[in-house]
Amino acid sequence: MSTNAMGTNAMGTNAMGVYALTDSWTMTRRELARWARQPVTVVVNLVFPVMLLLMFGYLVGGGRGVSGEYVDYLVPGMLALTMAFGLEGTMIAVTQDLNKGVVDRFRSLPMANGAVLVGRAAADMLQSALGLAVLIGVGHALGWRTQGGPGAFLAAVGLLLLFRFAMLWAGIYLALVAGKPEMVQAVQILVWPVGFLSNAFATPGSMPDWLGTVVQWNPMSHTATAVRDLFGGPGGESGHLGWAVVWPLVLLAVFFPLAVRRFAGLSR
Amino acid sequence: MADAAITVEGARKRYGSKNALDGLDLTVARGTVHGVLGPNGAGKTTLVRVLSTLLRPDAGRIEVAGHDVVTEAYAVRLRIGLLGQHAALDEELGGRQNLEMFGRLHHLGARRARARADELLARFDLTDTGRKPVRQYSGGMRRRLDLAASLITEPEVLFLDEPTTGLDPRGRAEVWDSVRSLVGGGTTVLLTTQYLEEADQLADRISVVDAGRVVADGTADELKAATGGDRIDVVLRDAGQLGAAVALLPLTGVRVDADRRLLSAPVTDRMTALSGVVRALEEAGVEAEDVALRRPTLDEVFLHLTERAEEAV
Repeated sequence: MSTNAMGTNAMGTNAMGVYALTDSWTMTRRELARWARQPVTVVVNLVFPVMLLLMFGYLVGGGRGVSGEYVDYLVPGMLALTMAFGLEGTMIAVTQDLNKGVVDRFRSLPMANGAVLVGRAAADMLQSALGLAVLIGVGHALGWRTQGGPGAFLAAVGLLLLFRFAMLWAGIYLALVAGKPEMVQAVQILVWPVGFLSNAFATPGSMPDWLGTVVQWNPMSHTATAVRDLFGGPGGESGHLGWAVVWPLVLLAVFFPLAVRRFAGLSR
Repeated sequence: MADAAITVEGARKRYGSKNALDGLDLTVARGTVHGVLGPNGAGKTTLVRVLSTLLRPDAGRIEVAGHDVVTEAYAVRLRIGLLGQHAALDEELGGRQNLEMFGRLHHLGARRARARADELLARFDLTDTGRKPVRQYSGGMRRRLDLAASLITEPEVLFLDEPTTGLDPRGRAEVWDSVRSLVGGGTTVLLTTQYLEEADQLADRISVVDAGRVVADGTADELKAATGGDRIDVVLRDAGQLGAAVALLPLTGVRVDADRRLLSAPVTDRMTALSGVVRALEEAGVEAEDVALRRPTLDEVFLHLTERAEEAV
C-alpha cells in the first residue's frame, strides 16, 4: 500500500509539473474571457489614470519645484503611480475569487496549484502593460516627449513593469491576509497615501524636510526618478537606477514567498 | 472495508479552542448515497473540506476512493467532484465557458473539454442559456451548473455540501432530480444537509453528526426505529381544550403544538393507545379533527439524538 501510495504521489507530482504551463495558460485565458465580458470595466480601469493625468496636468496645474515642462515631469510620475495603484486591482480580484468559492473548486481539481496565482499575475501584468501603452499615448498627445533612445525607453518600461510585478505579489499577499472585501477597502485606503507620498506630482525639494525624506524613501519615487532619467526629462537623476531595480526585488523577495505560502496555507 | 469509497477513522480538526472534528468515524460503501445530517456548526462542512483535500486534518486516517487525502491529495483530486456551499463558478463567464475551463483544468484537452461542456449542458437542461453570464442565472440554474462542473470527469466520489440551502422548493426539486439520476451511474455520493427531508429523500444511509462526532448511524428507518417507535397524533377542534386533553388522555411524554392544535406522544401498543385515546376524548366530550398513528419523523429523531448528545457532554 505504501509503495503504491508513493508511486501515485510521484506520478502526481510529475503530472503537475507537465501541466503547470497549460493550467497557467487556462487561468490566464479565464481572465481574458472576463475582460471580453466586461469591456466597460476594462475601459474604466484604463481611463482612470488618464483622468488623473489630465487632472494634475491641467486642473491642479504645474508641479512645485519642477524645472522644464511639467508634462515631461508628470507623465513618468503618473506611469509609476499607475503601477502602484495596480495593487488595488490585484487585491480586489483575488478577494472576489476567494469569497465566491471558485478558488475552492480550483484547489479541489487535479491541476497545478500555482496556476491560480500565475494566471492572476499574467493577466494583471498584461492589463498593466496595456495601461502603460494608453497613458504613454495620451501623454504623447499632451506634448510629452522623450529624449533618450529606444533602448532607454524600453528600459524605462521594464523598470515600471518590474515595479508593478512587485506590487502584484504584495497585492496577492495582502488580499489573502485581508480575506474579506471589507478588509480590502481598509488596505486600499493605505495605498493612496503611499501613492501620493511620492515624487509623482512634485519634487521632494519643494516639500517640508520630513516629508521630502519620506517621499525620497518611497520605492515608487525611485522608480519614477530613474524612469525620468531614462526618458531624459526633468526630475531624472542617474543614481536612482540601482534603487529602482533593488527596491522591487526586495519587495518581491518578501511578498512572493509570503503570498505562495499563504495560498498553500489555505488548507490549514 | 474493501468496498468502502470513503473511510474516516478518528478525524480531528481544531480551530482555536473549538474542535470542528472531534474523532469522527465514518464509512461509506461504494455506489451509495450517504447523508451527513447535523445542525449548523456540527462539523459537516469541515468534514467535506477535509475529504475533498481542501483542508488538512490534524489527525486521523482518511481515505477517499482508496487514496489518503493528505499524502495522496492529487490522486484523490483525480477521483472526486465537489459541490460546495457557495457556487464555485466564475460569475462573469457563461455556463459553457465555465464548464470548458474546468474541463481544460481536468486536462481533457480543448476539443474534449468543449464536447464535455455541451454534453453536461444538455444533461442539466442548460443548453439554451446561451452567452448569459452565470451572475444572471436563477438559484436553481446556478446550482445545476455547479453540479455539472463537479461532474466533468464522472467522479468516483461526489461531495455535496448542503446542495439545496438557499434554494426555493422548485430549485430544490431540480437539484434532487439531478442527484437521483446520478446515483444510477455508480457514483458514491456524500451529502451534507440540515434538511431531514432531504436526507430521507436521497440517502441510503444517514450519519447524524453533532459537535464533530457521529452520534448515530443507519438507514432512515433504523434511525426512526431507534427513537422509540410509533407516535400518536391528536388534532383537536378547539385549541383551548389542549390543556384539558393532556390531563385526561392515557398518554405520557405528550408534546403540544398549539399552532396546529396538535398533541403528540410516543406509544408502545398501537391499538390499545388508539382505542384508549378515542374513548377518553368521547367520554370527556372533547372534539377531535384527527387521531392518527405514525412513525416518528426524522425531525424527531434528529432532535432526540442531538439533545441526547448535548446531555452527554
